[in-house]
This record gives sequence, C-alpha cells and structure tokens, in this order.
Amino acid sequence: MIDAVILFFLLGLVAGLLRSELRLPAAIYDFVSILLLLAIGLKGGVELAKQPFAELLPQMLSVVVLGVLLTLVAFPVLLYVARFKRTDAASIAAHYGSVSIGTYAVAVAYLTTRQISFEEQMPLFVVLLEIPAILVGIVLARGLSRQTRWRAVAHEVFLGKSVVLLVGGLLIGWAAGPEGLAPIEPLFFDLFKGILALFLLEMGLITAVQIGSLRRHGLFLLAFGIGMPVFSSLVGVGLGWALGFSVGGMTMLGTLAASASYIAVPAAMRISLPDANPTLSLAASLGITFPFNVLLGIPLYHLFAERAHTLMGG
Amino acid sequence: MNGHTRKLLTIVTESVLEGSLTRDIERLGAHGYTITDCRGKGSRGVRNASWEASGNIRIEVVCDTHTADAITTHLQAHYYDDYAMIMIIGEVDVLREDKF
Repeated sequence: MIDAVILFFLLGLVAGLLRSELRLPAAIYDFVSILLLLAIGLKGGVELAKQPFAELLPQMLSVVVLGVLLTLVAFPVLLYVARFKRTDAASIAAHYGSVSIGTYAVAVAYLTTRQISFEEQMPLFVVLLEIPAILVGIVLARGLSRQTRWRAVAHEVFLGKSVVLLVGGLLIGWAAGPEGLAPIEPLFFDLFKGILALFLLEMGLITAVQIGSLRRHGLFLLAFGIGMPVFSSLVGVGLGWALGFSVGGMTMLGTLAASASYIAVPAAMRISLPDANPTLSLAASLGITFPFNVLLGIPLYHLFAERAHTLMGG
Repeated sequence: MNGHTRKLLTIVTESVLEGSLTRDIERLGAHGYTITDCRGKGSRGVRNASWEASGNIRIEVVCDTHTADAITTHLQAHYYDDYAMIMIIGEVDVLREDKF
C-alpha cells in the first residue's frame, strides 16, 4: 500500500525534473507549512497536558543528547573522509543533527494510516532536536569564538518560524485541551493529510531543483545522504527502545533522528557560517535524504523498530 | 520642478540578510528604505523564491552621496564574499530635500 501523500511528492518531483511550469505561490507554501507546524504542535500540546513533567524530563534530556551526538558523529566523517572545508563539514553535520518537519509529518501519516499508535510527546522532541545541532555546528566551525554574533544566532534559533509555531502550538494545545480545540479541529486535524499532500507537492518541486545541483557534487554526498540517516535511525530506534517506547514510538524517534533539516538550519547557518556553501548541505538534505526518508526510509525504520521489539522485547 | 539630486542605491541579495542589512543601513545614516521580494538569476544560479532558502529581496535606499558611499563600502567588505549580492547606484531627483 502506498500513501496518497507520497504520490503527491512524486508528482512534484517528476514535474520538477521535467521542468514543468508548475509552481506553488510562495504564500501558499508558507501557509501550508504554517498549518502543518501548528497542527503538529497542537496535537502534541493536548497530549502533553496528560503527562507528568517529571517523567518527561529524562526523555527530553536524552533527546537533546541525541541531537548533539548525531552532529558530532557526522562532522568528522565529512571533514576527514570527504575532506570538506571545516565550515562546510560543520554546516552539513548540523543539518543532519537537526530534524525535518516534512519527514515527521509523513511519518505521522504513515503510522496513522496503519493504525499504529506512538507516544504523543514526539512533537516536543521535534522542537528539542531542532536546536542543539545548530549550536554544535557553529562551535565545531568556529570554536567558542567571540566573533560569532551569539545574539543574532540565538534570535535566529529560538525565534525562527518553526520553533515559534511548534512551541506556540504546544502551548495553545496544552492550555486549551481537547474541548478547547474542538472548534478548530476541522482545519488543523481533519485536513491534515490534504495539507500534507499540498506541502509534499511543493517539496517535490523543490527537491527536483536540488537534484539538479547534486550532479555537480558527486557520489560522496549521495552515499552520505543515505548512509547517515540509516545510521542515525538505528541510534534513534535504539534510544526509543531504551526509553521503553512502543514500536510506533521507536519508528518515530528513528525517523526524527534520520531526518535532516532544510528550514531552520539552512537559515541559521547562512547567518552564522556565511562561508559554508549552502548548495552542498541543501543538495544532501533535500536532494537525497528527504526523498530517501519519505519513499524508503520510514518503512525501513518501521522495520528496524519491529525487529528491535521482537529481538529485545518491548 | 525644483529637483534636488540624491543617490538611489539598489541592493539585490538573499532574503535571509534582511534583518542585518536593514540594521546596517539605518546605522550608516539612511533615513529609510524600501524592500520588495524578487527573484532572478545571477552568478550564483537561479534564485526562484519558491521557498525560504531561495528568496531574494531588493532594497532601495535614497540618500546623500556620503551615506551611499558608507553603505556600499560596508556591504562590499562584509557581504560580497559570502552572499549573493549586487549593488547599483544611480542619481535621482527628489522633491523634498529634507526627507532624504
């Protein structure tokens, strides 16, 4: 069974590769991504209200460590094996330590279609994974240099669109509760997959452009763009298992670990590491890793999670 | 018409720079600026504004020669190496001298 939303992604990809005139107006793309971010945040907020904070705290800390760790693993591979410039290696590593909302949304659609439940604190983890990789990336490139304009960086990181909307959604969902959200449910929850379909159509078009620039940067990026997420997903599934998550939860954490940012991190890197080449990191994260995760990765991570569940017991 | 000559400075660059550029421009003495979203192609490839990372902006500043010099020197030193950016400067006539 293939999800309809995936077909929309393929449509965008094929249309883009064939140089179709199709393009979504920028305002529509903005609107659709805002809806997705808010929907994910709201859903998480409602569930968070049911959970005691003390139980979540160790999980939250371990997820932050996960983001730092993945960045630290990717960096030496890029620096010494691929011999990228230091700032390029740090920037690409930060992309892979962070997360992609689009990939997360596809995983939500994948699991709900198959009626697999997952731990509802995942949206909180999305927020937590978004940030540390950026800071680690900057430190890897520059050291704790005084030249870094930390205020500007902090502004970019904590007040970027995705963090504001996710955290805002979480707080609104948490404060309003299920009854409070009932009137807006048709827009944010019932339409979720339709919105996701439009979003993925545009992502397909954007990915097609990145695949074009990929031709110039060769095989290593291709290998890294597939190898790194598979490795990361194993770490993520492992962490999910250690935290006692369900198969759905392990799949989610594996997917989050595997996904590479293409919204928050590129913007932050452009500001803080201007000499890093944005084409390299976007070609890898959007041109390879995003389509890989959406088309093959998520089912694969689901398989990893099932194996972990049967081998090690749940 | 009693015109007064001023410089019109037009900067086309990556939209990610909007915040820091407007701060620089004001600090260097310009009284105002106009920003529009745009797209196009240059030495750094097509920037088609289809999403955040590929957006361009055009910043227009009308100011006196001294300020225009200060802005162009500053931007050239700080942004030309790492960002997609062009600047063009022209002479324009303005009606209200005190405004620019």
